[in-house]
Amino acid sequence: MSVRLPETPRLVLTLAAAGLFSGLAIVGAYRLTLPTIQANQAEALRRAVFEVLPGAERMERLVWSGDGEAGRLVPAEGTTGAEPSVYGGFTADGRFVGYAVPAAGAGFQDTIRLLYGYDPERDRIVGMEVLESRETPGLGDRIYKDETFVGRFRDLAVAPRVELVKEEPAAPNQVDAITGATISSRAVVDIVNAGNQEWLARLEASPVPPLEEEGREGDVPTETGGPIPGGRQ
Amino acid sequence: MTAPLKDPNQAYAEFIKGLWRENPVFVQVLGMCPALAVTNTAVNGLAMGGATLFVLLMSSILISALRRLIPKAVRISTYIIVIATFVTVADYALQAAAPAVHRELGAFISLIVVNCIILGRQEAFASKHTVRLAAADAIGMGGGFAFALVLLGGAREVLGKGSLFGFALFGERFEPWVIMILPPGGFLMLGAILLVFAWVAEGRKKLAHKLEREAAE
Repeated sequence: MSVRLPETPRLVLTLAAAGLFSGLAIVGAYRLTLPTIQANQAEALRRAVFEVLPGAERMERLVWSGDGEAGRLVPAEGTTGAEPSVYGGFTADGRFVGYAVPAAGAGFQDTIRLLYGYDPERDRIVGMEVLESRETPGLGDRIYKDETFVGRFRDLAVAPRVELVKEEPAAPNQVDAITGATISSRAVVDIVNAGNQEWLARLEASPVPPLEEEGREGDVPTETGGPIPGGRQ
Repeated sequence: MTAPLKDPNQAYAEFIKGLWRENPVFVQVLGMCPALAVTNTAVNGLAMGGATLFVLLMSSILISALRRLIPKAVRISTYIIVIATFVTVADYALQAAAPAVHRELGAFISLIVVNCIILGRQEAFASKHTVRLAAADAIGMGGGFAFALVLLGGAREVLGKGSLFGFALFGERFEPWVIMILPPGGFLMLGAILLVFAWVAEGRKKLAHKLEREAAE
């Protein structure tokens, strides 16, 4: 070692240089990958919205503007990505299909995040997709792998509330629990009910927002704090 | 910087030792947390192994190149900063290139920072050897780790899902052993593989003894 600096400044200098290198490398990698990551998240969200709203081919993020329940839905442009929002689904020619509502809650193992489609005209849930969960493979994961269970959410009445039953459903607002995955099934129903609790009154009170033109169909939040995009926190 | 090459085959020796004789998972039994946690499929094992190999290789090269500049008193902190940087880069890259795999691996990519194999190789090897040897060692150890994870993940996927790298192997009538892709399956499979390793090692020893005796007679 030929350089003979006094010991303490040398230590400080080494760590400062390491920190500088680290900061530059991380910022560089972040800037390089950010567009791709955001495009991936937007694509995943769009696919989910179109999945739970049959017929939808365009979407718009909508936020609740106003105090408490007195307010209305407005397009999310110009707002930050943090506030609760839903997604309006439209056909290719601009006809309103329904809302895609994100909701999350405790599952058997970890938080389950899902998205469900709601048609306010018929007052029915028209689709449901689990976006993120860590339910037990082979048992709890049937909340998104079991066609019968997922199928129940393709035409499900929401009034007075969605009910979980143990036998074949007799009423239009009933879902039968998956054998061996009652807790996960109940979690999904509870999450959907909680989402309805939060949003249904608002969605019914608010006029259907017009789809903004200029081909903004890919408009999705870019902030990672948004309610859906991105997987884990 | 370039130390005199005592043995041209040394780099090869450093490379090959990590793959088998000193395999970080099966022989040193290090890095158990990712080895058990994310190896429920071959693809997850491969992604985790690849990310670890990248971090180990880059860190080893940089730390070996800077080994005369890093003061002893702050070497561990410096290693951790370097390792954490490459882990973050790998995290972003994987998130951009393969979002689905990234979601499966979750927090375990970030946890490569605390993988003892990586810090261990810096302290035990890269900080004392030339860049060339450090790189060979890192590729060997990282490759050995990736090999172990793919082996574990592949075996668990075949039994637990009836597929390998996502391709179904047995058709409809196969009833998967779900336990193998659950956390206990990791322990069962690792135990089984360690058993095979021990058997092979013992068999070799016996064979060597036998040959010796025969030679002596």
